[in-house]
Amino acid sequence: MEMDGGQALLKALEFEGVEVVFGYPGGAILPVYDSVIEAGLRHVLVRHEQGAGHMASGYAHATGKPGVVMVTSGPAATNIVTPLADAYLDSVPIVAITGQVPYGLIGTDAFQETDTTGITMSITKHNYLVSDPNDIPQVVHEAFHIATHGRPGPVLIDLPKNITDAMNPDSVMTWRDPVPVDLPGFQPVLDADQADIDAAIKLLSEAHRPVIYAGGGILKARAAEELRALAERTNTPVVTTLMARGALPDSHELNLGMPGMHGNYTAVMAMQEADLLLALGSRFDDRVTGRLDSFAPDAKVVHVDIDPAELGKIRQPDVAIRGDAKRVIAAMLDTLGSATVEDHGAWRSKLSGWQENYPLAYEDAEPGGKLKPQMVIEALRDGSPEDTIVASGVGQHQMWASQYWRFDHAYTWLNSGGLGTMGYSIPAAIGAKAGMPDRTVWAIDGDGCFQMTCQELITAAVEQIPVKVALLNNTFLGMVRQWQEMFYENRLSEVDLSGPVPDYIKLSEAMGCVAIRVEDPDEVEDAIARANAINDRPVVVEFVTEPGENVYPMVPGGKSNSDIVVPPFQQKETR
Amino acid sequence: MRPILATNTHTLAVLVENKAGVLARVAGLFARRGFNIESLAVAPTDERFSRITIVVDAESASIDQVKKQLDKLINVVDIRDLPPESSALREMVLVRLSLDDEGQVDDVLQLVSGFSGAVLRVRGTDLILSLSSRPEELDAFIDKLQPYGLVELQRTGAIAIPGIE
Repeated sequence: MEMDGGQALLKALEFEGVEVVFGYPGGAILPVYDSVIEAGLRHVLVRHEQGAGHMASGYAHATGKPGVVMVTSGPAATNIVTPLADAYLDSVPIVAITGQVPYGLIGTDAFQETDTTGITMSITKHNYLVSDPNDIPQVVHEAFHIATHGRPGPVLIDLPKNITDAMNPDSVMTWRDPVPVDLPGFQPVLDADQADIDAAIKLLSEAHRPVIYAGGGILKARAAEELRALAERTNTPVVTTLMARGALPDSHELNLGMPGMHGNYTAVMAMQEADLLLALGSRFDDRVTGRLDSFAPDAKVVHVDIDPAELGKIRQPDVAIRGDAKRVIAAMLDTLGSATVEDHGAWRSKLSGWQENYPLAYEDAEPGGKLKPQMVIEALRDGSPEDTIVASGVGQHQMWASQYWRFDHAYTWLNSGGLGTMGYSIPAAIGAKAGMPDRTVWAIDGDGCFQMTCQELITAAVEQIPVKVALLNNTFLGMVRQWQEMFYENRLSEVDLSGPVPDYIKLSEAMGCVAIRVEDPDEVEDAIARANAINDRPVVVEFVTEPGENVYPMVPGGKSNSDIVVPPFQQKETR
Repeated sequence: MRPILATNTHTLAVLVENKAGVLARVAGLFARRGFNIESLAVAPTDERFSRITIVVDAESASIDQVKKQLDKLINVVDIRDLPPESSALREMVLVRLSLDDEGQVDDVLQLVSGFSGAVLRVRGTDLILSLSSRPEELDAFIDKLQPYGLVELQRTGAIAIPGIE
């Protein structure tokens, strides 16, 4: 069938099963947008291209299907650099389509020309510059294959205008269904060698203080059930990293919660004192390990990852297993068979002791004082459906959300873990809601983050994607303020957002949202109930919170995890 | 002017798909991950593939990481770490000399034949020489030529293939 490259692109997206595209039109992508009108998929018109990128990410993480973002060349392409880098660091499968100036003009500094494939080379898993419209179906097919196989990640396709423009003879192509991909340099290995599985099981059966260090790879591999089975079968406590919250239910007795810089005491110290770390789809990020030379000093390490470059990158494992987490865990369970395993009673009772003495805790607000952000998150958690999807921005509110929400379901937690992208939450929440319209989706946001990407609430209102935003307004760039307080003698530099502008209520209402301000603790529950009852438009609930509240526990940057600082009111007790 | 070569190097033979930008991907990866390249030579082997020989300064990074990160590039098909003792390894150098007199020309021609090099051009006392050999031989050759007013030199960087088992 003969068609132009623009039509071929849309047909190729449909062929891949794409249902939603997040995008923004412009010069070089104009011909493609002409075909969007007749296409059998939904296009969500964003208000800034960065938003489209994070929406694609949020959509992908919540649904498990690749997210698609489509923008024009030049400034639009550079506006998606941040979400591409974000998706790359958090291994999120997205496919980005960018317009490019006509092929013959590439290299001439044409209007809105940027070297998009060059700029995004180090922040995408792979990228393409297409010169022949006949290549479009196969390139799109390869892009989706690469984005979703092995360790997932973003893939970009740059499309010069001449091959998509019906008015240009260069754009004429003959559609051919894509053939199975033939990529000799991309052959992910999914199954591990049995000898490695045996070695891992041997270490696991010899361990007295084992910990499963579960990372985001568990979720990418859809291995939550296997993780649970392995933990229960081997009586092994589990820490779930920031990227793995929900991989094992927080209510599960073996789940110690989040480790790392703002992890809870037990999760952090369990890793420190472990004699075996079974790292599953985790990458020994510096926010988890703290000072590396004193991290988990007594632990042998079994490291399972689908990306062999992670094995030994930071910590040399005793057993390195390249493979898909789901299949590797299943193989471990098979190998264990009916062998008896230690119940790790002494170890687990030590952990329970820590949990009792050092629970995640905060002091209640003084009478008449401002709302405690942790209390707001607990109230939100308790007042919302159990399978609510939560997206957070980056900063204090992100840590509190991860700490105080109860993640009992996989794929209910979206955040920017690797890149730490402020402003991630609102667009990510919109992407998730677009993909999962029947679920309640809350963005937990800070006032700094909100001001970076709140314009996407217009998108949510116009496109009828009714997300809810819990804006924790502490009038500060809170995490930076906390570091300045703790490490810079409280010399506060450029962190005050107290305004008096913006008025978040007026701002939100102007963007088509229902807006509610809460200052009184007695109004928190009602406001949340009201917000949860609204399903025809986005809602913003501004909670005016205590400006001086700090995130605890905390492992100061560059310090050993053993130097974890618990909140001041827990410090009195003997450790 | 003796080229400063890192002492602890690895020679990687990297088979890549002949796709636009593949060299930029490889070079960009080295830059981004902080791996130092000693030399790099690239040419097609057939219509579909090219072979890149990269000599890596192994002090700058774990060679294991270099290989694994390279392998993540979609267009990289195969990576071989070639041990110097058992691999066939060659580099070529072109040298231009401007000598003082005929006596020096005789000295240099003798030197060239001792190294089994070649004289490509002679005009009076100006010479262009070439030598294809192992990189350390090139080092020695260049060393010997230094006293003769070496004007310019260009090395290709090493190319290598696995040795015969």
